[in-house]
Amino acid sequence: MASAPPRRCPGSLPGHHRHEVFDHARFLGANTHRFPDPVIELPDDLKGNVALTSVDALLNWGRRSAVWPVAFGLACCVFEMLATAMSRFDISRFGMEAFRASPRQADLLIVSGTLTWKMAPAVRRIYDQMAEPKWVIAMGVCATSGGPYYQGYSVVPGVNHIMPVDVYVPGCPPRPDALLYGIMQLHDKIRKYSLTRQPAGA
Amino acid sequence: MTTAVSGQDLADILRQRLPEAVVASDDVAVLVRVDSIVAVCSFLQGNPEQDFKLLNSITSVDYIDHFELVYRITSLDHNASAVLKLRVVGRDEPTVPSVSSVWAGANLQEREVYDLMGIHFSGHPNLKRVFLWEGFQGHPLRRDYLEPPLPYTWPQGG
Repeated sequence: MASAPPRRCPGSLPGHHRHEVFDHARFLGANTHRFPDPVIELPDDLKGNVALTSVDALLNWGRRSAVWPVAFGLACCVFEMLATAMSRFDISRFGMEAFRASPRQADLLIVSGTLTWKMAPAVRRIYDQMAEPKWVIAMGVCATSGGPYYQGYSVVPGVNHIMPVDVYVPGCPPRPDALLYGIMQLHDKIRKYSLTRQPAGA
Repeated sequence: MTTAVSGQDLADILRQRLPEAVVASDDVAVLVRVDSIVAVCSFLQGNPEQDFKLLNSITSVDYIDHFELVYRITSLDHNASAVLKLRVVGRDEPTVPSVSSVWAGANLQEREVYDLMGIHFSGHPNLKRVFLWEGFQGHPLRRDYLEPPLPYTWPQGG
């Protein structure tokens, strides 16, 4: 009688037991000597607590590390957006799990679904109420171009007719992977922002 | 299961009470005169032997030379259903008496028919557009409706 193979967490490596104690000291020890010590003399209590960077890199890092979306959905794409927020795909890996109920606290508007002309003033109003800097993702073919309802009498043929769009995510509806890829493209775009219009590091 | 009352049976019942009302009938439906629809509906709704208390839907069909309205009604007590039809000619302002005084649920159904097909209902308490917005030009489910030309633009710019 064959015994069942041992169950293990999907995605974990064989031999890597999930209850194995994580060796923090080893992890930190491998990382503390990656950066050389600064030339200037530092008091002992400041050692390891100083980092040099540019303003652009710091600002963009802060902006893209917690892009909070508006809790807002139009059609069936919403369920893929919600699946993106749930634990399997887990948008909180990007610090984005805080779907804000108020546009005034949000940075990102994910237009998820078919936008009708009757709904367009409300969506534009949400966009106007968001504080700068703000970004827009057009999720799915309906928000991108009208999709199957293109040239319909009631559907906006692409939300770029009423607001500027940063990233278009095709699909009907896009899988959460596709939305995550679009979000990462947006992060990449934010990383290239500059106060002086010069690319960071140039 | 709900039994469908055939058009002939319903026409026979209607001819006894309202001899002017019935125009024609077939297996499925009864075609009634436009100006007697309210009398027919209130008779079918109020008479205990028919007792069609539930209006399932009002829909309309565009046959280009005339519009046809389809009333689907159900009697929950007798577990029976029936279909009434109307024909109205003219595309400028075709008008049909409203049955919202018989079934309150007809209010929204008739607004939808008015919104998308452009059929007016005389005696309706609130005949306004329900799905499309105020100021929309035309009635988009008509066969001769044409799309406004693209591109649309947002008034404040995008």
